[in-house]
Amino acid sequence: MNTEKKNILIVDDDMDYLSQLELQVKGMGYEVKTARDEKEAEEALDQGKPDLAIIDLMMENKDSGFILSYKMKKKFPSMPIIIASAVTSETGLNFGLETEEDKKWIHADKFLEKGIRRDQLEREISKLLKL
Amino acid sequence: MVSLNVLVVDDEPGIRSGINRILRNYTVGYPFMEEDFSFELTDADTGEKALEILKEKKMDIILLDNKLPGMDGIEVLEYINKNQIDVSVMMITSYASLELAVKATNNGAYNFVPKPFTPDELRTAMEGITKNLFLKRMTKQMDQAGKQVRFQFLSVLSHELKSPINAVEGYLNIMKDKQVGDDIGDYATMIDRSIERIKGMRNLIMDLLDLTKLESGKKVREVKPTDITEIARLAMDTIEPMAIQRNVKVYLDTPENMVFKADADEIEIIFNNLISNAVKYNKEGGQVHISVRAEDNSLKIKVEDTGIGMDEDELARLFQEFVRIKNAKTRNITGSGLGLSIVKKLVENSYSGQITASSAPDEGTTFTVVLNKSTNP
Repeated sequence: MNTEKKNILIVDDDMDYLSQLELQVKGMGYEVKTARDEKEAEEALDQGKPDLAIIDLMMENKDSGFILSYKMKKKFPSMPIIIASAVTSETGLNFGLETEEDKKWIHADKFLEKGIRRDQLEREISKLLKL
Repeated sequence: MVSLNVLVVDDEPGIRSGINRILRNYTVGYPFMEEDFSFELTDADTGEKALEILKEKKMDIILLDNKLPGMDGIEVLEYINKNQIDVSVMMITSYASLELAVKATNNGAYNFVPKPFTPDELRTAMEGITKNLFLKRMTKQMDQAGKQVRFQFLSVLSHELKSPINAVEGYLNIMKDKQVGDDIGDYATMIDRSIERIKGMRNLIMDLLDLTKLESGKKVREVKPTDITEIARLAMDTIEPMAIQRNVKVYLDTPENMVFKADADEIEIIFNNLISNAVKYNKEGGQVHISVRAEDNSLKIKVEDTGIGMDEDELARLFQEFVRIKNAKTRNITGSGLGLSIVKKLVENSYSGQITASSAPDEGTTFTVVLNKSTNP
């Protein structure tokens, strides 16, 4: 059993969603850092490697999340990344990350819909952290 | 030059070669079509043969004789109709009967040419069918483009409507589970934020209604001499509470009783959007200067602020639907992202006017609107 708390970075430009997610993830027993845009996220990364990152897809730009996850993977290849977005259910677009082809260009480990249940999120996080 | 594939179905070789001669060097052009059309001909002597060709090659036009040795023209037409083949059919018939005409038209024939026909009659008929074909295709293309834009609009809209619902729902769930304890005081921020998000959503819905009225043209416009100064004051009053909260001073510079022929509701929408933006995107202790002037048959409105301003890239995207300039300075400002696109539509469509913006980061933004005589009253 790990004695030290795992560190999770959450990036979202919707301050309400950000604070709610922060509360939830803290409630699961993790240390949480938050960032509200690409720049803040990169600053947070400069201070050390989080154990996992959850980032929003649509921030300043429609594809901010993809760009950010690309940069994160370049810096910390082993850090798991979850992209959370409301995009799938709204546009009917589906980007799963199931095939190797998808993983090549979307540099994230998991693509989750926003508004997923707390227990689901908790399961996904522990799976990616291999707890 | 665009070449159209024409299938000639007739059992008489003389007719087939006659049509070939007449259409070989014939082209159709109209001022509104970018290119001229010429005709590439293929022959069939029976209906059965025609169907075989149709299965293999895309045809644009069929010249179809009704009296054929095997299956007749109407049967060919029925086949085309049943299989939804996209082709314009012109029937060639020696004995035009009402019964045949009705049957053929029901099956989607575009036109009839009586047999025997003169070269000019055939050319005139081809000209008509080509124009029809062109317009049909253009309409289809425009419908598709329209649907695409609509789909994008709706998907962004649903995102903008769902975000506040998600936020409020999230806070309510936290409260329901009493995640931060039993004291309601500890939830004050969450309650305030929920109210704030609901307000934002109400504004979005109001803006959407404005937009829908504009787009459908359903709203009855009332264009008459209107006191513009009075409307500007009204808009300032509406925005005053927000201005006080943000410690922004709003100044109006306009001659008394300035009258211009316009729809009062539309002018109010323009003022409301421009002034509320100037207050929202301002700095603590900032200023907003509104000036209104009449210049020969036109009205010039200028709204100047000493706010956060924006850079060239942001300026370029400003008038698009649902574009909100997102950066560290704007993230606590709520807005639907529709206001300026509504103003632009109004100014351009209803007053054949223009709206322009100039801006410098950290110095401020100036919007200039010029309204001309109201159009389509």
